[in-house]
Amino acid sequence: MNAKQIDQQTLLRDEKDPLTHTPVHLLSLEAVGKHYGNIIALRDVTMAVDNGRVTCVLGDNGAGKSTLIKIIAGLHQHDAGVLKIMGQERKFNSPRDALDAGIATVYQDLAVVPLMPIWRNFFLGSELTTGFGPFKSMDVQKMKDITLKELAEMGIDLRDVEQPIGQLSGGERQCVAIARAVYFGAKVLILDEPTAALGVKQSGVVLRYILQARDRGLGVIFITHNPHHAFPVGDRFLLLKRGKSIGYYDKKDITLDELTAQMAGGAELAELAHELEQLGGHTEALKEVQAEVAGVTEVTDVADTSDASRENSPRHA
Amino acid sequence: MANTATLPPAPASAPGDERIGRRSPIQKFLGRPEVGALVGAVVLFIFFASVSQTFTQPNALATILYGSSTIGIMAVGVSLLMIGGEFDLSTGVAVISSALTASLFSWNFSLNAWVGVVLALVVSLGIGFINGWILVKTKLPSFIVTLATFLMLTGLNLALTRLIGGSVSSPSISKLDGFDSAHAVFASSISIGGVEVKITVFFWIILVAIASWVLLRTKVGNWIFAVGGDANAARAVGVPVTKTKIGLFMAVGFCGWILGMHNLFAFDAVQSGEGVGNEFLYIIAAVIGGCLLTGGYGSAVGGAIGAFIFGMANKGIVYAQWNPDWFKFFLGLMLLLATIVNLIVKRRAELK
Repeated sequence: MNAKQIDQQTLLRDEKDPLTHTPVHLLSLEAVGKHYGNIIALRDVTMAVDNGRVTCVLGDNGAGKSTLIKIIAGLHQHDAGVLKIMGQERKFNSPRDALDAGIATVYQDLAVVPLMPIWRNFFLGSELTTGFGPFKSMDVQKMKDITLKELAEMGIDLRDVEQPIGQLSGGERQCVAIARAVYFGAKVLILDEPTAALGVKQSGVVLRYILQARDRGLGVIFITHNPHHAFPVGDRFLLLKRGKSIGYYDKKDITLDELTAQMAGGAELAELAHELEQLGGHTEALKEVQAEVAGVTEVTDVADTSDASRENSPRHA
Repeated sequence: MANTATLPPAPASAPGDERIGRRSPIQKFLGRPEVGALVGAVVLFIFFASVSQTFTQPNALATILYGSSTIGIMAVGVSLLMIGGEFDLSTGVAVISSALTASLFSWNFSLNAWVGVVLALVVSLGIGFINGWILVKTKLPSFIVTLATFLMLTGLNLALTRLIGGSVSSPSISKLDGFDSAHAVFASSISIGGVEVKITVFFWIILVAIASWVLLRTKVGNWIFAVGGDANAARAVGVPVTKTKIGLFMAVGFCGWILGMHNLFAFDAVQSGEGVGNEFLYIIAAVIGGCLLTGGYGSAVGGAIGAFIFGMANKGIVYAQWNPDWFKFFLGLMLLLATIVNLIVKRRAELK
C-alpha cells in the first residue's frame, strides 16, 4: 500500500519541443492557480498530459475540476503558474485559441445545440466552405458525408444526419462530441464528466471511446468523480479537493482502493459514523462505516506523508 | 472493472438505428418550420378567393403583395433575429427614425436627398449595433434592452422632428435634388403584364432569398441557429456569439432602413408619431411563420409566409366587404394557432 506521488519531470515521453528538440509534455500545468475576486478556486495544481495517455482528474463537487478544465479550454485565464503546450508557455484568451492549439473539450452538457441537425452540430464553428468572397457557402453534401463516415468509425451507424441531435441518446451524443473533437485534429481531448449522467452500460461504451481516442494517439484528460470509471482507463491520476491538489499518481503506484479512499476522505466517513451512532439502531451500517474509516485512515496516513514530502521539494518551494 | 478488457465490445451498429427508422419525404417536409404557416396561407387564400370575386384579380393580388411586403421586409430581419434567440421591440419606431433622419437632415441643410438616405442607413445600422452591443455587454434580456430603445426612439422622433421641422410631421422634401431618383429606387412601381407591382415586393423577395441562402447554406447561418439554440454551447465550440448577435440586430436595422426609405419616398414626408405597434406585426409574422420565440428554430421563408398571411387577412376582409373591426381578432386567433403548432413541432424534435 504505497501510494507514491509522481514527479513532473519523470514523466517525459517521446514528444519533442519543435524548436529545441528536447523532450516535453504535450500539455503541462505547473503550480496553476485561479481566483474569482477573493475566492480561491484553484491553487497550485501541477499535471501533465502526453500523447496516447489518459490523465484522470478526480474530485468531488466543488473540488475545482470545472475551473481547471475551463482554464485549459480557454474559457477562463489562470492567474498563477504556467500552462505549457509542447513546452511553450501559453495563455488562452478564448475557446477559439485553445481549439487552434489542438485542445478540444467535450463538455458535460456536450456543447451541442439540440434543435440543430447532427451534421450542423458536428461542424459547428468549423464549417467547411466552398467558393470565395461574399459567395462563400457551406459544402453541405461533403459535411454530411464526413459526419456519417466519422460516426460510423466510432460505431454509430446513422441513416439520417439531418435529424436533430436532441433525438439521440446521451451516449450517442457523447460519441458525436468525441468524434467531432477527434476529426478536427484535437491533440488534447478534455472530457468533462462524460459518464456522470449515464447508466452502467452507456458508461462502458463511453469508456471504450476514451480508449479509442487514446489509441489514436490523443492525450486525454478525463474528468470524473467516479474512481471506478477512472481507474481502468487512466494512466495518471490527479486528485483535487477544495481547489487544491491532494495527490498526483502514476497508475503503477496506486490501487483502486487507495484511489477510492483518497477520494472519499477519512474525515467525512468518520463524521457519518458519528451521526449514525447518534441516531442509534443502525448497528450494522455503523459497523460497516467504522470498518471503512479504519481502512481509509491507514491509507491516507501514507498519502499525507508523501504530500508533505512533495511540498518540501524544491520544485514547490 | 479492474482492467480495460472487461469493457463491453463495440456494438456493430448503434441501438438508436432501429428505434428511429427512416423518415419518408412527406414526414421530412412536415418537419419544416414553415409548414404550419404554409397550410394556413393556402387555407386562407382559398377561403377569401371563395367569398370574394375581386380577391383573385391581378390588381388585388398586387395590392395584397404590397401590403405583405411592407410587413415582410421587416419580418426577414426579425425572423433571423428570432432564430438567433433575441427579439427587437424597437423595429416599428426605428423604421420611422430612419425615414425622419433622411428627411430632416437633407431638408435642414438643403442637401441632395441621397445624402440623407446614406445617413439614414448609418443611423439604422447604428441603432441595431447599439441594441446588440448593450445586449451582449449587459446580458440583459432583449425584451428590456429593446423596450428601452423603443421608448427612447419614440421620444426622439417626436422631439427632434418638432425641434428641427417645427411640426409633428417632417417637412416636405419633394423639391430637393435627388428626390426623384430616390423615389424611383424606393417607391416606384414596375408593370408586369399591365399590373402595377410596387418595388417593395421585389425588395421583399430578394431579401427573403438572401436570408434563406445565408441561413441554410453559409456558416453564418449555422452560427445564427447555434446562438439561438444554445449560446453557451456555440461559444464553447468557437462560434463568435457576440458578433453574430450584434450582426443580427444590424441586419434588422438594414431592413428597417429599406422600409423607412420607402415610407419617406412613397410620399415626401413622414409623421413622427407613426410606427408604434408595428414591431408586433413583424414579430407576429415571424412567429406565424414558425420561428420559435426561444430561438434556434425557424426560417426566413416562414416569416415571409407569415407576412403574406397578414397581408391576405388585412386586404381580404376589405375585399370580402366585411367590417374591418374583425381583422385583429383573426390575427390574434392565427397567432395562437400558429404558436400551438410550433410548440408541438418543438416538443417532437426534443423528445422523440
